[in-house]
Amino acid sequence: MPKQTTPSQDLTRGIWRENPVLIQMLGLCPALAVTNTVVNSLAMGLATFFVLFCSSLLVAAFKKVIPHEVRITTYILIIATFVTIADMLLEAIVPEVHKALGAFIALIVVNCMILGRQEAFSSKNTVPRALLDATGTGIGFIIALFLMGGVREVLGYGSFLGFPILGANYEPWIVFILPPGGFLTIGFILLALNWWERRKAERSKSDVPGAVAVERAA
Amino acid sequence: MSGESTPGAGSRRELPVMSGHIEVPSWRLLLTLGIAGALAGLLIVFVYQATQPRIQAYKALQLRLAVSEVLASPARWDTLYVHDGALVLTPPADVDAGSLEMVFLGYREDGSRVGYAIQGAEAGFQDIIELIFGYNAETNTVLGMKVLANKETPGLGDKIVKDSAFVAEFAGPETPLTGVKSTRATGAANEVDMITGATISSRAVINIINHQLERLGPMLNAYLQEAN
Repeated sequence: MPKQTTPSQDLTRGIWRENPVLIQMLGLCPALAVTNTVVNSLAMGLATFFVLFCSSLLVAAFKKVIPHEVRITTYILIIATFVTIADMLLEAIVPEVHKALGAFIALIVVNCMILGRQEAFSSKNTVPRALLDATGTGIGFIIALFLMGGVREVLGYGSFLGFPILGANYEPWIVFILPPGGFLTIGFILLALNWWERRKAERSKSDVPGAVAVERAA
Repeated sequence: MSGESTPGAGSRRELPVMSGHIEVPSWRLLLTLGIAGALAGLLIVFVYQATQPRIQAYKALQLRLAVSEVLASPARWDTLYVHDGALVLTPPADVDAGSLEMVFLGYREDGSRVGYAIQGAEAGFQDIIELIFGYNAETNTVLGMKVLANKETPGLGDKIVKDSAFVAEFAGPETPLTGVKSTRATGAANEVDMITGATISSRAVINIINHQLERLGPMLNAYLQEAN
């Protein structure tokens, strides 16, 4: 059984402490593929959020009706339905962004983060808690994509949300909007994050009296 | 999970029974999936019906804007359909007009013709490039070009859209077009300077226009002669 968590933890843990992309390393495909501008990142993040939220709602609501043997099939069916809906809605509301995202909207179906949350959480918890969890995880995903998109657009185009911010003399670093830039960006973000986490852990360790002494003795 | 075992020899033995799990008859599995599938289908049909008018309207608007742009804002234009090797103003009743290739013939305020707007699509560097271009059949010149859809490399191939100097090259050259490197330009009337670093994308654009004119040229001229 999973450890018991409070509702507020359900909401907040996905945002940062268990961020799907930056900590759990899930959903890396869209995080690398469509984050070359901030607008694309946000659209992808919101579409994924929508799918995750609606799927969690249905899975949690019908968890008693869905037989164990066909649960994965049913989850995928539910997810695929909402992805199709998100695809059509995006095309109707923001056709330009839809064009830029292309096939990657349809590929939300295979985003392991979404199926993972259904299997690990929504299928075992009540509807409100599943929705809290989906909201947290979805926001965490949007934050991660926003970070990627921000870095890549600023370096690769010299602009942010389409507005030039680095001046006309800036020579765009084109590699950052190409696929290698995705890997470089996620690599450096993870590097910074892990360095920071480790430093924090070391500090809290040295705060504990006796910890240093034990280390020396060892 | 404790039920995991090494694959191979052990895989044929009875699967471990999950704690508190009851065997479900297969008709229930089928029923669940059937109902879920039917509901999913219904939902998708509903959203499709709701969004389709907007999507179609947007596409039509984009096409209108594109025609207007490559023909330098004509006062009006006729939509001509390619049917049976000729251009016709009204397609035969037994043919679905939406399935026919369309060409647009633009007119100025005074009724004189600006030229044709023709769509074309061919493989670029990464994916199909779709574009529309204006063409004056009387002077045999290209009037303008606008890329409608492309997935060319950002920063290199997508200059066929973003490089205004390249796009401006398509205002006025004679056909058939020849792509040249800007350092080797001779100033001939049918030359188009290609983009450094985007040779394949530039050439694709030029080829689309040439191939479309090769194919449709006789029809375009025949239609004009008939109209005169």
